[in-house]
Amino acid sequence: MTSSSYEAVIGLEVHTHLMTRSKLFCGCSASFGSGPNENVCPVCLGMPGVLPVLNQYAVELALRVALATHSEVQTRSVFARKSYFYPDLPKGYQISQYELPLCKGGYIEIANGGESRRIRLVRIHMEEDAGKNLHEANYSLVDFNRSGVPLVEIVSEPDIRSAAEAGAYLRELRAILRYVGASEGRMEEGDFRCDVNVSVRRKGSDELGTKTEIKNLNSFRFVEKAITYEIGRQIELLEAGGRVTQETRLWDPNREETRPMRSKEFAHDYRYFPEPDLPPLEIDGQMLERVRAAMPELPAERRRRFQRDLGLGAYETAILTEDRAIADYFEALLNGGVIGSKTAANWTMTEVLRIVNETGKPLEEAVPPAAETRILLKMVQDGVVSLNAAKNAFSVMCKSGQPAAAVVARLGLAQVSDEAAIAAACDEVIAAESAKVAEYRAGRDKLFGFFVGQVMKAMGGKANPKVVNEILRQRLQS
Amino acid sequence: MTSELFTLTITEARERLVKRELSAVELTRACLDRAAAIESRLNAFITLCPREAIEQAEVADRLIARGNCSSLTGIPLAIKDIFATRGVRTTCASKILEGFVPPYDATVIERLRAAGAIFLGKTNMDEFAMGSSTENSSFGPTRNPYDLRRVAGGSSGGSAAAVAADECIAALGTDTGGSIREPASFCGVVGLKPTYSRVSRYGVIAYASSLDQVGPFAKTVRDAAILLGEIAGVDPRDATCSARPVPDYEAALTGKVEGIRIGVPREFFVEGMQEDVGLAVRSAIKQFESQGCQVREISLPHTQYAVAAYYLIATAEASANLARYDGIRYGLRAEADNTLDLYNRTRDRGFGPEVKRRIMLGTFALSAGYYDAYYRKAQKVRTLIRQDFFRAFNDCDIILTPVAPTTAFELGEKIADPLQMYLSDIFTISVNLAGLPGLSVPCGYDRKGMPIGLQLIGPPFGEEIILRAGDAYERSGCVQRQPPPL
Ligand SMILES: [Zn+2]
Repeated sequence: MTSSSYEAVIGLEVHTHLMTRSKLFCGCSASFGSGPNENVCPVCLGMPGVLPVLNQYAVELALRVALATHSEVQTRSVFARKSYFYPDLPKGYQISQYELPLCKGGYIEIANGGESRRIRLVRIHMEEDAGKNLHEANYSLVDFNRSGVPLVEIVSEPDIRSAAEAGAYLRELRAILRYVGASEGRMEEGDFRCDVNVSVRRKGSDELGTKTEIKNLNSFRFVEKAITYEIGRQIELLEAGGRVTQETRLWDPNREETRPMRSKEFAHDYRYFPEPDLPPLEIDGQMLERVRAAMPELPAERRRRFQRDLGLGAYETAILTEDRAIADYFEALLNGGVIGSKTAANWTMTEVLRIVNETGKPLEEAVPPAAETRILLKMVQDGVVSLNAAKNAFSVMCKSGQPAAAVVARLGLAQVSDEAAIAAACDEVIAAESAKVAEYRAGRDKLFGFFVGQVMKAMGGKANPKVVNEILRQRLQS
Repeated sequence: MTSELFTLTITEARERLVKRELSAVELTRACLDRAAAIESRLNAFITLCPREAIEQAEVADRLIARGNCSSLTGIPLAIKDIFATRGVRTTCASKILEGFVPPYDATVIERLRAAGAIFLGKTNMDEFAMGSSTENSSFGPTRNPYDLRRVAGGSSGGSAAAVAADECIAALGTDTGGSIREPASFCGVVGLKPTYSRVSRYGVIAYASSLDQVGPFAKTVRDAAILLGEIAGVDPRDATCSARPVPDYEAALTGKVEGIRIGVPREFFVEGMQEDVGLAVRSAIKQFESQGCQVREISLPHTQYAVAAYYLIATAEASANLARYDGIRYGLRAEADNTLDLYNRTRDRGFGPEVKRRIMLGTFALSAGYYDAYYRKAQKVRTLIRQDFFRAFNDCDIILTPVAPTTAFELGEKIADPLQMYLSDIFTISVNLAGLPGLSVPCGYDRKGMPIGLQLIGPPFGEEIILRAGDAYERSGCVQRQPPPL
């Protein structure tokens, strides 16, 4: 048997922060980056006698995620207490949802080698985050800023078959979360976390193999690497006549392997039961309709539209739609119908994304408003500036915030398209290089480039090359 | 005259305060002096706040002088030590909350403050409200003012005893399975457990969240009605609190009970009930009949399962509610080398035996493999009990029962036998399971002079009708109040 006779069965559990201003059950700020224990109150510190009150905006964001993933919103869901002791868990239980989650079912469509696949969802539910333990040499500290920050957990069916599909699923899910404004989906910063369930089985088998759960995955790359490693490990084990143990394993990013968690770390009986401090969450049709009406276009719809209506290829479409802000920017460049979709797409993919990546800033801070960029692209189209000059101008615009026209003027980037001036320069070159002209006319076509270069040099590089070509060709023929 | 000021009711004191025949400082001092004289025998308070109380009384007197009176301006109250009180230590009678001073007020405390009440101190209770005798207090038991060898009832025994012994004008307690009504009955005062969700639970240290409810202790039904009117009503900090408007409870006390249909459940007159209790309750029934009520026998067939269901649901919720006492953020912390030992030692030293027993019981009821057999089944029983009551209320307007099968028992009598102790609440527990309002009104004394209580149960949000019936009964004068022999 070889590894190709096995297939992997993979399910993902994604936790992501919802972008609310306040926490899930109290009025404290849910923002990141404050000093330790600055965003806390008796409720999120689990003081005696305090009670949770549900943040309605968090519910709305969770509903957006549900609608974007075709998940079925339950008219009645119930919060539950999940009990375990940990210093960062102030109440000794986490308020989550268990038997009756907010949403059931749904799917996320992923592209897999040109064809699209549906990865089904089991459920989406809401819960609160815990605080953070900070371990020092001989003591530990707890920061409760994150305690009570709203999360949704999105659980997939075991429909994923490879590390690459897992990556595609996560990228698509993150795009959806960003599109609907539910989450930033920043994995490295911990507001988008993923646990993976992996098992393998003989191809063609309907039975599920014993699965392992992998934790501590804080980048998409690690998820893919961990899955690849774990599939290999399990197949090797089975091939050697061994058996897979059902267990939780941790990804070790330094050694690039998974290893079993100490059993004490996960041997929990969470003793879930309905949270008596919160009434069941009722979602009526009216609320759902209100959320639905405010839903933006989703990545999948947008991709279809870009390919069908704008004639873009699959590759360009994928890059342009991964982030809603990028796609919005690209579409804004098309406003007014002046700039063609290919030009706008190329510019967005090369120049805009380059600046965003270089600066690490959000798009709206990194680059000028689309209207300004459109003016610059129009100058290229009209031959006022060359493409290379426009790229320089764009960098300066991004740094200085000055309008396109001002930057082009200040840097003297405008091209000379005045035919009389260019003709005069051509005539001068032809007169000065009579020997070469004779050679050219005798058939050395390659010399044409030389003449262009001489004209450009005479005009300080600012002549419109198209006009130079035309006039030179005319003059040299006669 | 000052020596008797502490016997005033809210209604009487309010009248004299407004007429300025009496100052809030005088009234407060009278209560504090009374407490100073008898506390060593009674132990009704965990914390007395004489300095703060006098300061509050001085403010009250200034307000009264300006004619700027609220409904409770200058009325000295005792508060069960289960309510978070800003700046005043709040112990829940547990060692585990050692040194805990809340930076917040419970909503009901905030409301009483706004109404001008004066807080004399925090009263004794069973640790985390777990008990029926106030013997499970890490501050020692409260004694019954009618017989110091007997218990005051529990868990709100301190509040009941403080009102009975005139250490305050009225008091606040909580009731999860009878913790207001049973001590009220044992101490011969009025105690009201409102409908679940009628009063905010914010800042009330949780025992069993789906059962806990805040209510008043008072010397008269009218005083209880006045206090309920102040504490009831919607609270944005408690998602389970009802938005239903709060009626004028005092206006409901018309004295007219003619035509009210009273149901008497046959399951509540059990074997082993103390004879004097049965006699007193039956004579109360006669009194209601003579005032024009129609009395009929009803059946609440699932009553026998109430205690079992209660001890599964309440302990399950408690096992989670008490998980926060871990020594990490506040209260007691035992020294330890690692987190697990820190938890174990802190909770071992901090909790008393009954609390530990209930945490273990509740943890077990929720454990994998047992949840369906215990917790889920108990919830089904709870539904059946609730349906029993709703069916019964088709045929009657209020339900009348004894509060407890016996009068106050002796200290130590039941502490070694938890099951016997749990049966003290046999008549009150099903009311919590069904979320109904229940009023405990004194209805006589047994042959040893210990008070007996009558329970009036109403439909959801039926506080007005049970208060009206209780008030009419009280006003009939058929029971002469005997002051405790202190
Ligand atoms: Zn908070």
